[in-house]
Formats: sequence, C-alpha cells, structure tokens
Amino acid sequence: MDIKILGTGCPRCKALERATIDAVKETGLNATVSKVEDIMEIMKFGVMTTPALVINGQVVVKGKVPSVNELKDLFIQKL
Amino acid sequence: MREKVIAINRNMKGWFIPVILLTLWIITYWKLQPVVDYTINNIFGLVSGKHLTETLRFFIFEVPKVILLLVLIIFIVGIIRTYFTPEKTRKVLEGKSLFTGNLLASLLGIVTPFCSCSAIPLFLGFVEAGVPLGVTFSFLIAAPMINEVALVLLIGLFGWKVAVIYVGTGLVIAIFSGWLIGKLHLEKYVAEWVYSVKASHENEAETKLLFYDRFRAGYEAVSEILGKIWIYIIIGIAVGAGAHGYVPQDFLGSLLGKENWYGVPLAIIMGIPMYSNAAGIIPIVSVLLEKGVSLGTALAFMMSVVGLSLPEIIILKKVLKWQLITAFVGIVAIGIVFVGFIFNYVM
Repeated sequence: MDIKILGTGCPRCKALERATIDAVKETGLNATVSKVEDIMEIMKFGVMTTPALVINGQVVVKGKVPSVNELKDLFIQKL
Repeated sequence: MREKVIAINRNMKGWFIPVILLTLWIITYWKLQPVVDYTINNIFGLVSGKHLTETLRFFIFEVPKVILLLVLIIFIVGIIRTYFTPEKTRKVLEGKSLFTGNLLASLLGIVTPFCSCSAIPLFLGFVEAGVPLGVTFSFLIAAPMINEVALVLLIGLFGWKVAVIYVGTGLVIAIFSGWLIGKLHLEKYVAEWVYSVKASHENEAETKLLFYDRFRAGYEAVSEILGKIWIYIIIGIAVGAGAHGYVPQDFLGSLLGKENWYGVPLAIIMGIPMYSNAAGIIPIVSVLLEKGVSLGTALAFMMSVVGLSLPEIIILKKVLKWQLITAFVGIVAIGIVFVGFIFNYVM
C-alpha cells in the first residue's frame, strides 16, 4: 500500500504524519508512508485544504486529522 | 439491500442524543442566573451591591454563559459547515462576475471551513479553476475576519449591536476590497508559476455524509475550538469583570481615544505585526475598551490583527508579487480606517 501525506509543514500536517505512522504500525500493514511538501505536487491531487491523506493515488482525507483508530479502519477498507 | 438497511440504521443511530443535549442546554441556560445568584448570596453569603460581590457575580455568570453560547453556536456552525466544502464554494464562484462574485465570496467566506495554514492551496485551487482574482480576495479577507467564535464573543461581551456592526462592516470591507482588486486588474502581479499549476479534478466526488457524520463534525468542532480558546475566554471575562468601571483612563486611552484623529490609523498599524485569531484578540479588545479606547478604534484594531497579519502576508508572498500584496494591505487598511472613523463619529 502506498500512503502519502500532503502538507506544507503546518502543525496539523505533522500530527497527521504521526497518526498515520502509528496506525500503520498498529495494523502491521506492509505500506510505504511518504510526505509530499511541494505545493505544486500537492495541487496535482486537487486538494485545497491541508493536511490530506492519499492512499494508492486516491485522496481519502482532506483538511482534518483523523484519530489513529479511524485511520486503521480506513487502511483496512482500502486493502 | 442489506447494505441499505445498515446505512439507514447508521443514519438514524443516535438521533435522540442531540435532542437530549439540547434540552439539557436550554435548562442550564435558563436556570443559570438563579443558580449563580443563589451561590453568591446564600452559599458564599456575600452582600449584594458591593463592588466585589458584583464583580464575582459578573464573572461566575458570564463564563458559563459565554461557554454555553459558544458550544451551541460552534456545534450548529460545525454541522452547517459540512454542507459547505471549499470545493463547492469554488464551483459556485467559478467565472462569477464582479460584485455578485465578491458578495457571494464574502458570504461563503463566513461558512466555508478555512484555516490560514491552507490559504495557499486554497488560493491556487480557486485561481486555477478560474475564480476571478478579486473574488478570491473577497473570500480570503472575509474567512479569517468573520466567524462564529468572534460573533458569540462579541455578543457575550459587548452586546448585539457591536457584533452586528463588526460582521456588517467586515462584510463590506471584504466585498469592496475584492471588488477593487478585481477592477484594478492586478492579475499580472500574481507569481507566474501560479498559472502553470495543473490541479486534478478527479478527487472531487463528494463523499456522502450521513446525519450521524455531520453530528460528529459538530461535536469535533466544539472540542477542537473550545480546547484552543477557553483560556482566552476566561481571561477576557476576568478583565471585563475586574476592570468594570475601575480602570482609570491612562496613556493608551488618551492616545487611542476619540479626540485623536490618528487613533484609528495608529491602531491599524499596531495591529499588522500582531497575529491572532478572532477569539484570542477579543480579551485584548475588552481591555482596550476599558482603558478608554473608543469603540471604532478598538474594532479597527481587531480587524487589523485578524485580517491583516504579517505571517499571512509572508505566506502569500509565495504566490503574490509585492505590488499585489501592497495593494491588498493598502485597500483593506483603508477600508478599516473608514469603519473606525465612522463608528467613532456615530457612536
């Protein structure tokens, strides 16, 4: 699974990154988590509110930081 | 079929919770004054009419009152905001003519969820989709300046009149400034690379929200916003209570009082380097008013702090050239000066 966090470095973006890494660890998924900080790259995903979460190229969360449990549910749905 | 049944169950799940909460809210709000009076007079045994007693009564009554109002308003606005995403707002504003576009953008700026940290992607998203520059600015001016928290705090601390004045004049500034920026055709002063942004519009399908999800969004908004601002509310009310008619006019009052014509511009210039959200600045505004600063000047100061801030200007510098930033700051500042003068003159 390919997980991307879109964000230009705001505190909420960092919170999403931490929660995502925790959720991946807790579910034991085989996933790569990367961060997209370049605004041109972020815009390619068509989001207007950061932070956003992209799973396998699809935007699943935008403009908010879900809890670790919500993220886990999301990952399992996208498996 | 089965999925549909589950969806309906989920949609109806917890319908009674808002009803119970609302009932509790009404009872608490209604019984607040008698409970506070009873506590002050019978439990603490304080004598009515004394300065300390009335100060305490003001504080003990106002803190829960303002917090109750905030909880209700933030909750309702949290639910309303699930109907207004930036994507929908952009769709409404695409290719709108001047004035109508500025009016709509300013109004939508109030209800669309906005965080200044998302100002750049939002700006790019709007411009890329063909929302006119002036209309985009109306949105960017209204969004931070007018919001539900500011409204409730203004009502709670200064009354309806001040709140309506603030929202009304804030809207006029947002509409007029955006309209003027549009009229001046400043598009050439947007950084060139902005126009080369290619955004995908694939991910625009709205996720269908159930009532349950909207209800949760309201709940989350309450805990997130209150968690951030409760301390400012208590400080603001404590200042209002402690300083009630106590604080003598001093240096600040004479500097920013009604008699001085330069009070308003000075307040605006002082406000630009400061940065705060509307909730954080209101305690300071209540101090200023207590110190004899006139209402128009205090409102101008508040608008300057939340509407024109150095950090936001630095963020916008990434996408705008200095000419456009100067025009933006200048036009908004002049708008605020007018508002300040009019209220100092009228009130």
